[in-house]
Amino acid sequence: MHLKGTAISKQDLDSGKVLFTRGDPHAHYTWDTGIGIGRYLEGLRKGKIFGTHCKKCNRTVIPPRAFCELCFSSNIEWRHLKDTGVINTFSICYVSWDAQRVQTPYLPAVIEIDGASKGHGILHLLDEVDPKLIRIGMKVKAVWKRPEERTGAITDIQYFKPY
Amino acid sequence: MGTKGKVAIVGAGMTRFMRRAQETPKELAFEAVRAALDSAQMTLGDIDCVIHGTAPDAFDGIHMKGEYLLDGSGGWQKPYMRGYVGGGTGVFAPIQGWYHIASGMFETALVVCEEKMSSCQPHPQGAFLTIFDNMTERPLKPNLLWIFALEMNRYMHTYGIKLEDIARVSVKNKNNALHHPAAQLGKEITLNEVLNSEVLAWPVHREMVSPTSDGACAVILASQKRAKKITPKPVWITGVGWNLDTSYWTNRDLAYPQYVENAARMAYKMAGIREPKKEIHIAEPYDPFAYKELHHLEGLLLADKGQAPQLTADGVTARTGNLPVCPSGGLLGVGNPIAAAGLMKVCELFWQLRGEAGARQVPGKPHTGVAQAWGDLMQVGTVITVKN
Ligand SMILES: [Zn+2]
Repeated sequence: MHLKGTAISKQDLDSGKVLFTRGDPHAHYTWDTGIGIGRYLEGLRKGKIFGTHCKKCNRTVIPPRAFCELCFSSNIEWRHLKDTGVINTFSICYVSWDAQRVQTPYLPAVIEIDGASKGHGILHLLDEVDPKLIRIGMKVKAVWKRPEERTGAITDIQYFKPY
Repeated sequence: MGTKGKVAIVGAGMTRFMRRAQETPKELAFEAVRAALDSAQMTLGDIDCVIHGTAPDAFDGIHMKGEYLLDGSGGWQKPYMRGYVGGGTGVFAPIQGWYHIASGMFETALVVCEEKMSSCQPHPQGAFLTIFDNMTERPLKPNLLWIFALEMNRYMHTYGIKLEDIARVSVKNKNNALHHPAAQLGKEITLNEVLNSEVLAWPVHREMVSPTSDGACAVILASQKRAKKITPKPVWITGVGWNLDTSYWTNRDLAYPQYVENAARMAYKMAGIREPKKEIHIAEPYDPFAYKELHHLEGLLLADKGQAPQLTADGVTARTGNLPVCPSGGLLGVGNPIAAAGLMKVCELFWQLRGEAGARQVPGKPHTGVAQAWGDLMQVGTVITVKN
């Protein structure tokens, strides 16, 4: 079977053997945080982690949401959760998004927040821990920015660390 | 599920998969469509409708990519649509082709999937960054490797799976791809070479990741009546299924793709498949990362939970095994031009069931196969079953 397709190399481009044109689209956005995430971020500014509870499904979720997607009802209650949790899974990432090696590895993790239903976590980062010692099931605690530095963003929590 | 008519695949074609292609996206699509039409000895005039699949517009930096790709897809002045479920698109597109014909509206459909990732600078991964939640995740500056690494680690932890169990998938698929004329990364590679390759994001190693690619694939579908006139060897689509799990991916069980199981059950029910382990002869599950093949074999009910690694270690999934898995070489070996990679799996089943797979032909005259793709925010399963 003979297949079509012409593979080209970086040299083909650099030497001008193959022509290309450039473009650099610009698009900027402001996103309204909405009802659910708006209140979540407002809580983070105050140093508190909120989830929402659906009585009908008996489920406390985080990130919180304005409606329960299971029973499709807006009959939810806001719950103040703890700022501690358990590592559900983690990675030690040695490359940036453009595939470049980084000096200090990123330590992303899914952290099940205490007070949320089992298996319900958020994406965040770990720090103040030897990467070799990170384990699934490890207990971690939020390290907050100082109150005056908080902006109502997920980064108001700097990272989670073992405690 | 009531379905009006039987639908067959009657032709297939593809381009080479390449790190960077000189051809434009339209030109790649054209070459795949031309090859598919030629394989069925058909002309564009014989095609009633066209379904196009391609992943995010951001790869090309061309908004309304479906419209842009219309000409190369053979969609000129025809009923034409673009369907999209991220990485799941490549199997979703032929599903859409199937219901265009099964509904009774059309006799023939052309399905074409194209991806040109190399235009995006400095790295196409940049186009993936916007899949993360814009308010609760993107400020943490995640990259795509994270979610794969997080899911793989959870899968390994839950079932006590070792790195070498997963590395075997890379060894198998990259060696299988040596025999695929489209392959970008076919190579003789050993278990140790995979295990000793650079760690990108623990536990993901470089040789456990599919490459970024440019390429296109196409298949032609026809109603029962037309199929028999076009070819003596139609390959029938017996079942289709698709399913999406919640976008709150940090609330999901990352060790098991329930949505893939849901999609598989939908397809198997339609196909009358009660015991997939016995009734499926060849599987082409989605393998953008080595562990995903194992994850998906379990979701497809071809292995018990946590047991897919053992099947691989035992050689069951080798090309000459009892259940050949990714005899094409998969995304790990042939390459991963997102939407085209999924459709490549359907092309592979077409060639395998017709006995036209050349050096990579699975022995024993296989009669049935399943192809599956996966994507969006790790939440969609798309499944198709076929028989000859
Ligand atoms: Zn509910």
